[in-house]
Amino acid sequence: MSVAEDFYSAEEAVADYVAAQEQKDQLRFLTCGSVDDGKSTLIGRLLYDTKLIFEDQLAALEKDSRRHGTVGEDIDLALLVDGLEAEREQGITIDVAYRFFATDKRKFIVADTPGHEQYTRNMATGASTADLAVLLVDARHGLMVQTRRHAFIASLLGIRHVVLAVNKIDLVNFSEERFNQIKAEFEQFASGFDFETLQAIPMSARYGDNVTGKSEKMPWFAGPTLLEHLEAVQVGEHELEAPFRFPVQWVNRPNLDFRGYSGTVASGRVKVGDEIVVAGPAKTSRVEKIISPLGEVEAARAGDAVTLTLEDEIDISRGDLLADPAARPDVADQLAAHLIWMSDDALLPGRSYLLKNGTKTVNATVSEIKHKINVNTFEHTAGKTLDLNEIAFCNLTTASPIAFDPYEANRTTGAFILIDRMTNATVGAGMVWFALRRATNIHWQALDVNKAARAEKLGQKPVVLWFTGLSGSGKSTIASIVEKKLHLEGRHTYTLDGDNVRHGLNKDLGFSDADRVENIRRVGEVAKLMTDAGLITLVSFISPFKAERQLVRDMLDDGEFIEIFVDTPIDECRKRDPKGLYAKADRGEIKNFTGIDSPYEAPENPELRIENTGDPEVAAQKVLDLLEQKGLLTNSNFVSHGDYI
Amino acid sequence: MTLPEDRLSNLRRLEAESIHIIREVAAEFRNPVMLYSIGKDSGVMLHLAMKAFYPSKPPFPLLHVDTTWKFRDMITFRDETAKRLGLELLVHTNPEGLEKGIGPFSHGSSLHTHVMKTEALKQALDKYGFDAAFGGARRDEEKSRAKERVFSFRNASHGWDPKNQRPELWNLYNARVSKGESIRAFPLSNWTELDIWQYILTENIPMVPLYFAAKRPVVNRDGMLIMVDDERMEIKPGETVEEKMIRFRTLGCYPLTGAIESNADTLEAIVREMLIARTSERQGRLIDQDESASMEKKKREGYF
Repeated sequence: MSVAEDFYSAEEAVADYVAAQEQKDQLRFLTCGSVDDGKSTLIGRLLYDTKLIFEDQLAALEKDSRRHGTVGEDIDLALLVDGLEAEREQGITIDVAYRFFATDKRKFIVADTPGHEQYTRNMATGASTADLAVLLVDARHGLMVQTRRHAFIASLLGIRHVVLAVNKIDLVNFSEERFNQIKAEFEQFASGFDFETLQAIPMSARYGDNVTGKSEKMPWFAGPTLLEHLEAVQVGEHELEAPFRFPVQWVNRPNLDFRGYSGTVASGRVKVGDEIVVAGPAKTSRVEKIISPLGEVEAARAGDAVTLTLEDEIDISRGDLLADPAARPDVADQLAAHLIWMSDDALLPGRSYLLKNGTKTVNATVSEIKHKINVNTFEHTAGKTLDLNEIAFCNLTTASPIAFDPYEANRTTGAFILIDRMTNATVGAGMVWFALRRATNIHWQALDVNKAARAEKLGQKPVVLWFTGLSGSGKSTIASIVEKKLHLEGRHTYTLDGDNVRHGLNKDLGFSDADRVENIRRVGEVAKLMTDAGLITLVSFISPFKAERQLVRDMLDDGEFIEIFVDTPIDECRKRDPKGLYAKADRGEIKNFTGIDSPYEAPENPELRIENTGDPEVAAQKVLDLLEQKGLLTNSNFVSHGDYI
Repeated sequence: MTLPEDRLSNLRRLEAESIHIIREVAAEFRNPVMLYSIGKDSGVMLHLAMKAFYPSKPPFPLLHVDTTWKFRDMITFRDETAKRLGLELLVHTNPEGLEKGIGPFSHGSSLHTHVMKTEALKQALDKYGFDAAFGGARRDEEKSRAKERVFSFRNASHGWDPKNQRPELWNLYNARVSKGESIRAFPLSNWTELDIWQYILTENIPMVPLYFAAKRPVVNRDGMLIMVDDERMEIKPGETVEEKMIRFRTLGCYPLTGAIESNADTLEAIVREMLIARTSERQGRLIDQDESASMEKKKREGYF
């Protein structure tokens, strides 16, 4: 070939190629199955056959195969995929890995997820962004419990396209009968799920049969190879057909003349001149301009990252959801959802978590676990808590209303994550089923006699004095002295004591973590009512968990919650042991005893920390001094006790 | 073949996803920064950031960790880019490393990278108190990267714990960190090398001239073509400096970056070369070749 010819064809080829790229779309899929089913080998095969493995990686692979390989002399394609050192050594895939390959028609992003039950959360992670799932089964073993689990999780996460990859068909002599048997069984089982396409393919990932090339050994199979199917399958864009939704990410305000709202169109379409509504406040306006990465445009669609300007100046900020006024989202502070738990620390109903939905983050609690779902049998079981990798149907309450759609209708506005407020870990993933009660219908009973009026009448500032500390630390003794002194000064007080409340209001609760959370939540609510009544409320509870103390703090107005940490060392508490509880706990007669076999999370920044003084009178005086300092005892118009004399 | 009516093309879908990530970081963090390493991935990331906030400027500065061993063309390009776009550029060099004269020739690639890149980066992040740092890394580059989150959590000593990563679902990124902890954000996670070049071509993004083939002085050392970029490069006995038509697929410290012989002097020619390439780009980097798990190890220590 002459130089001139080469040059010409290069220009030509690249121009054609770039034009073709503009027409190439993207398919995201996940593969699931246990490592024994040959999942990593299958992905390795796809990368290998589509020439995505470069020579130097191949050299490294050959080296690794000799060290860790499980297939003797052959190159172990699975090693290409199992990235982390620990995984290569253990021969299992423990995390989600993303792989990339492309053909002339499509670019593919593969989420490679582990199949064991203890990795349900990883599979859910991979499935959350996938359009299609490839479920592997070993032809020798047929449908397993895990196959059902994978189909269920894929369906729960809203995947509508499934490939049943009947792998290792070479080990059953490429048997058509065996394949048809597995296929029929799966189709019957999957008929309960809402899959739009279901394609079963017999294959051998190890030898490449029906992965990228038609197998000569299975002339009986008339269907497509895996790659042909992945290239051709039309994944409908449901988000495009759904009504317009636009979670505002960032307010773009370069100068006084421009106010734009940046975000990604979650669903539907929008064009210049369209009317939009801010969900919640229900203010409407019209779209003035749409700025896309390509410049100013007339219209945008689901998936586009754009900046919108509106005709009217209305107050919009991050977290707001712009929507089609003709098809509005739900706005509610109570909702029902499926929840997948992803943390080693169990979900505790009543505990406050952060809920992120769209671009909005709010405080939320799981108010009730309606039922747990066994991922293998789909049976509903009762439960008070939710452990790692468990799935449940729950009711949630958010601290302020959020705007959302059911997940089934919208995979973006219907999804949320839960974040632990103390560790900041992502602990749960949720899919909204429906709104329980529309917030727009909730109206707080507006009372003319309110907290301020009652407090004024009593001539005091209502606060909650929250005493926390180990059993035997002296909380109740100190609280009792403080109350007496306040009473003598003419203050209106009330004491909630752990033991007393447990005999009445909370007598249905035990000492498990879940019950402890509920115990504190109820006491918090009662303290809040007392505060509303204008009282100074003294609460003396072990209250071992930070999260619950924070929950109560959040229930009250700023400055109303005064946390007093009675910091007496456990050895001293044990020595005092006023109720003989430590002795019982040591004998194993009491379970979940704080400080023995249940943790106490000390406050980091209490309003007051009382170290072991040995003298409760001194400790009580410290509390009164603090109240004085905070100006909580100064504004009263009451006549002090002494004045009567 | 044409796409069904208004289906998003691969590049447009990637572009939108990256812009979403960049905006999310800007909105959620107190003090973010964009690591700018001058290479093609950084160039694309910066281009996306300009689009994400248009008509505003990106609400964060750029940070370059300068090992003092970058190609001279890179430094020129860096300063021009910041000026052209009107962005604040912070440059940090490890002062102790500088004082001790740490360099790749005298101390070897591993120590040099640790002191002048990894340690220097941590110093800079601590110095300015950044709680989020954008990086241009892609999951297709390397095996341990394939498992990294888009929002990758780092503890107070900047370490990465691959076994204890936060689950990351949908496009709901968890931006919560405690004091001292931070997030490395990777907006280009789902791009491949080919996507990057196609996008540069489509968008006509300016690139450092070193990516384009030209006659440059090189020596062949340990099977790699190393460019003689300044007088600090000693020519060993038996080595000869040759003028060759070369270019770089990846850019870093010049003594650690291998060139390839090539005539590709236009973007089109580079893309064409990519299409028939049989070696992955990281092969041009000496630091990855020691062990296949070496990247994972470096990342645990705080490398990007």
